[in-house]
Amino acid sequence: MSDTLVELPPDPILERRAEIQRRASQTIGRRTLVSKLFTAILVGAFLLALVPLGSVIWALLAKGLPSISWAFLHKLPQQPSLIAQNAIGGIGNAIEGTLVLDVCAGLVAVPIAVIVGLYLSETTSRIGNFLRAIVEIMTGLPSILLGVFAYEYVVVPMKTFSGIAGIVALAVLMVPVIAKASELAFRGVPSTLKEAGLALGARSSRVSRGVILPVAMPGVLTGVLLALARAVGETAPILLVVGPAVSNTWNWNPLHPMSALPLLTYGYSGSQYPSQRAAAWGVALTLVFLVMVFSFASRLVSARMRRERRN
Amino acid sequence: METTAGAPSPTPPSDVAERIRRSATSDRPYNYLLRGTALFFGLVVVVFVWSVVKTAWPAIHTYGYHLITGSAWVAGSGPYGALPLIIDTLSTTLVALVIAIPVGLASALALLYLIPRRLRPAAASLVELLAAVPSVVYGLWGLWFLVPLFINHVQPFLAHLTGNSWPFSGPHEGFSILLAGFVLSIMILPTIVAISRDVIATVPADLIEGGLSLGATRSQVFTRVVLPSARTGILGAIALGAGRALGETIAVAMVVGSNPEIPHSLFSPGATLASTIATEFGNAAGNEGGALAALALILMVITAGVNAGARALTRKAVAHS
Repeated sequence: MSDTLVELPPDPILERRAEIQRRASQTIGRRTLVSKLFTAILVGAFLLALVPLGSVIWALLAKGLPSISWAFLHKLPQQPSLIAQNAIGGIGNAIEGTLVLDVCAGLVAVPIAVIVGLYLSETTSRIGNFLRAIVEIMTGLPSILLGVFAYEYVVVPMKTFSGIAGIVALAVLMVPVIAKASELAFRGVPSTLKEAGLALGARSSRVSRGVILPVAMPGVLTGVLLALARAVGETAPILLVVGPAVSNTWNWNPLHPMSALPLLTYGYSGSQYPSQRAAAWGVALTLVFLVMVFSFASRLVSARMRRERRN
Repeated sequence: METTAGAPSPTPPSDVAERIRRSATSDRPYNYLLRGTALFFGLVVVVFVWSVVKTAWPAIHTYGYHLITGSAWVAGSGPYGALPLIIDTLSTTLVALVIAIPVGLASALALLYLIPRRLRPAAASLVELLAAVPSVVYGLWGLWFLVPLFINHVQPFLAHLTGNSWPFSGPHEGFSILLAGFVLSIMILPTIVAISRDVIATVPADLIEGGLSLGATRSQVFTRVVLPSARTGILGAIALGAGRALGETIAVAMVVGSNPEIPHSLFSPGATLASTIATEFGNAAGNEGGALAALALILMVITAGVNAGARALTRKAVAHS
């Protein structure tokens, strides 16, 4: 009979659904408003995070550009005197020192780091995993610790501050960064390529040289350039070992004390002479320019790599 | 016997076997090169750790546990107690995290979901640009821009807002734990944004769409679906950022005030472990070199621990996704 159908007990699930729908439609206005506000706060926080970046860039350009000139870039620093307070000279030896330090550190670090990366990409042993952990933890250690290391094992035996001590510190800083990047790049090489090489009868050394390394090259290069960009800007490790923060001599020999852009920035920033304090911004601008050259090069390489992967 | 007659010969032709054997063995130099270099790097790390321990040893021998628990650090003559430095290191890092965690997570969400699609790559590179600025430049900027700003505006504002109560009490000197923490927050922001963005990107689209289809709004999906399911990786990102903040040296040394005393408030000038090593190492005499190396050792233990934790967390997050 149809009467029994009408008198069925109410379905709790349907009731609950109706209740949820009622509540949802009642609160939808408020919830949408909260959501809009919330997303606006998120975007606002992101824009707020960019304010310091803008301020740093503006300060660098506004205060740094006036000191940049050809003389500033290639002359030696000059000690200002009471007579000539604005004669600060140039930063030629600091640019030279930075380039020598970082190129040498790169030359030491790259072969070691790439081979360590290759080892890590091939091994599954317990020792390998342990080394991988060490490499990752090393990338996060404060760089000043490497200054203490280079001081104890290079400066103390040599009895003098030297470029080579800075090179040692920076090289140890760079190795884990490059090793990590190249391990990832080597792991990204399709195993079919590797097996094809081995199936042709090539030894693993030949496969590594002829197949893995060329294919992984862009990734390795990105890591190298990133590590260089980081090393160029590092102050803490070389502060302890390379030499005085402000030095007035040319030196191409890493066995002797050297000058460097980050050191000079640090030295000038706390100077008693207003002209040197102003020049600190010029040094900083030059330093940031060098860092950006390496950063942009690494972005270019990785962008190209991504494009090639897609094709 | 009949059963073995049809089976293939158990040994391949001898010349092939010989070539396989030779090709495997003749790669020994290659294997030695790989293992040797890896071993060499491992040794360098051991020597590195040893160098810090060795330099610190005389001070550890002389002062013992007072190096950690002593509450006075007097440069040049001693005593050398790192407690104020440890407190300052932790409090600058805490300030940095309090600022960088909300801003960093908001930026990560904005970069992934909220900013117009065409602008996302450019916006991401701007955040990466923050990481490319060398720390000495942040120090210079803090020294000449933020110190006056903090003296004239930020510190009076905070003091006014809280009625001069702790932790916003004391004279407005600019150089302070608060300022160092603020500079650090900018420096660790790119780390937190980049890693938490990568982790959040692995949250399955099903979960997000499920939430939306149930009628949840975007903010509800963010706070109740996205962030909870990425929490392990986000914790890892925060730990990595904390590791950077604990060990950051030059920028902190330039703005923190080089005052190795236990702070009264966030407005007190201070000195962190790393900044003290940087500013004192050059003119250390007598026992101080060893004491500074002991600071380096403390810093190494703390940051290695934090980084190992961060590594475990991010790996767990990746394994789960």
